[in-house]
Amino acid sequence: MAEFWHGYVWPTIIVVAEILCVLVPLLLTIAYYTYAERKVLAFAQLRKGPNVVGPFGLLQPIADAIKMLWKETIIPSGANRVIFIAAPIVTVALALVAWAVIPFDQGMVISNINVGILYLFAISSLSVYGTIMAGWASNSRYAFLGALRSAAQMVSYEVSIGFVLVTVLLCAGSLNLTDIVMAQDHYWLGFIPGWFVIPLLPMAVVFFVSGLAETNRAPFDLAEGESELVAGFHVEYSAMTWLLFFMGEYGNMILVCAMTSILFLGGWLSPIPLEPFTWIPGPIWLIAKILFVMFLFLWVRATFPRFRYDQLMRLGWKVFLPLSLFWLVLTAGVLTAMGWVPSH
Amino acid sequence: MSLFSRGARGLLLTELLSGMALTLRYMFKTPVTVNYPYEKGPLSPRFRGEHALRRYPNGEERCIACKLCEAICPALAITIEAEPREDGSRRTTRYDIDMTKCIYCGYCQEACPVDAIVEGPNFEFAAETREELFYDKDKLLANGDRWEAEIAKSLSLEAPYR
Repeated sequence: MAEFWHGYVWPTIIVVAEILCVLVPLLLTIAYYTYAERKVLAFAQLRKGPNVVGPFGLLQPIADAIKMLWKETIIPSGANRVIFIAAPIVTVALALVAWAVIPFDQGMVISNINVGILYLFAISSLSVYGTIMAGWASNSRYAFLGALRSAAQMVSYEVSIGFVLVTVLLCAGSLNLTDIVMAQDHYWLGFIPGWFVIPLLPMAVVFFVSGLAETNRAPFDLAEGESELVAGFHVEYSAMTWLLFFMGEYGNMILVCAMTSILFLGGWLSPIPLEPFTWIPGPIWLIAKILFVMFLFLWVRATFPRFRYDQLMRLGWKVFLPLSLFWLVLTAGVLTAMGWVPSH
Repeated sequence: MSLFSRGARGLLLTELLSGMALTLRYMFKTPVTVNYPYEKGPLSPRFRGEHALRRYPNGEERCIACKLCEAICPALAITIEAEPREDGSRRTTRYDIDMTKCIYCGYCQEACPVDAIVEGPNFEFAAETREELFYDKDKLLANGDRWEAEIAKSLSLEAPYR
């Protein structure tokens, strides 16, 4: 009995508590990311944004959530009911499940697996299925076109994301996300942080832009394309199912921000190796970096118009792919020639 | 050379970054929003809003049932019935405006010889049902009592041009 208690029950309780510690703040962040997006877009357009519900409109996301819960979920008569309902669930589940391997500090991670970066890559590749299933099951032309676009787009940009990840793990010498962060734990000349964003700046830019395309964000939001496809793959969705799609989209965005912070911005490491800054706990640095990259997402959306579809494909296959491949070969060559290949 | 400089500009994202710098500068400018339910924009004295029937200062209604407004109304929104009152003066017994038909052209107030029917400054009279927008004489006279100060001010400001 004692073995059962210590072998199964306690670990389960601890894991569930850890999952809640990550997911509850994450869901709150998703809710308030929509608010931040509306505010940032409003300020960039000389508007005020939501400011009526609660002080500074801070209760707006909660009001939106309550509205979504009360509305009716409409299932089109021509739709495939099972896949139609499954698609948003798949989207949001994949967006949340990826957080299992994100390290918030040394040892502060739900599952410290050795192939964390491959796991993240696999999960983000799978997330295209939610979109495809939604587009197919809706039995609507707009949704189908949106899903087709989204599938081609995500596959194209995943190729260059793959090369970027290979470059990073060449420099880090590990697929484990904690080891990747620890490989950045040094300072050049004593004060320049040894983050991968400095030696691999073009790769960081390629990763960020591909991340925009991967999460179907402006200026690559052709899967939604409200001006030509109405709302793209989720045009037939309403109420709770629609809410799940948005939670999935914003969850994926925050995930890409977290990946950018961990791979290129030194994760939980302090940018300045001096006393008052090293006192600040690691998770706060990581959250600050994630928030900064999240703001970049909104800033980009406020600035750039949507790409045309052929421009999107040209950028993915004719610019990013050769560039990331070239930089991969260059990095590998420099590491070998200078004898800097990390050994574990 | 042009290929080189074009390539350098593309790789260094100079144009994209200058665009983002512009949006960042805009984020710190003062919003131009008029925060509508709490703040309102200025209205011209010629603004044509919700209709009202006015009274003389002694409380007597101005309308003499000449039916000029009913005749000129291009949308046929006004319906008037009239008969002499006990004191022998000619007054309306019915004065209806179908606000769902009205196009707010202002011809009725142009036609009125005694400034009885006017379009006031009120534009916030949305209703939840269609029936609420079929205004009768009582509703129009109540509007006149409610908005008389504003209407009188607009009319006096407009007087030199009429």
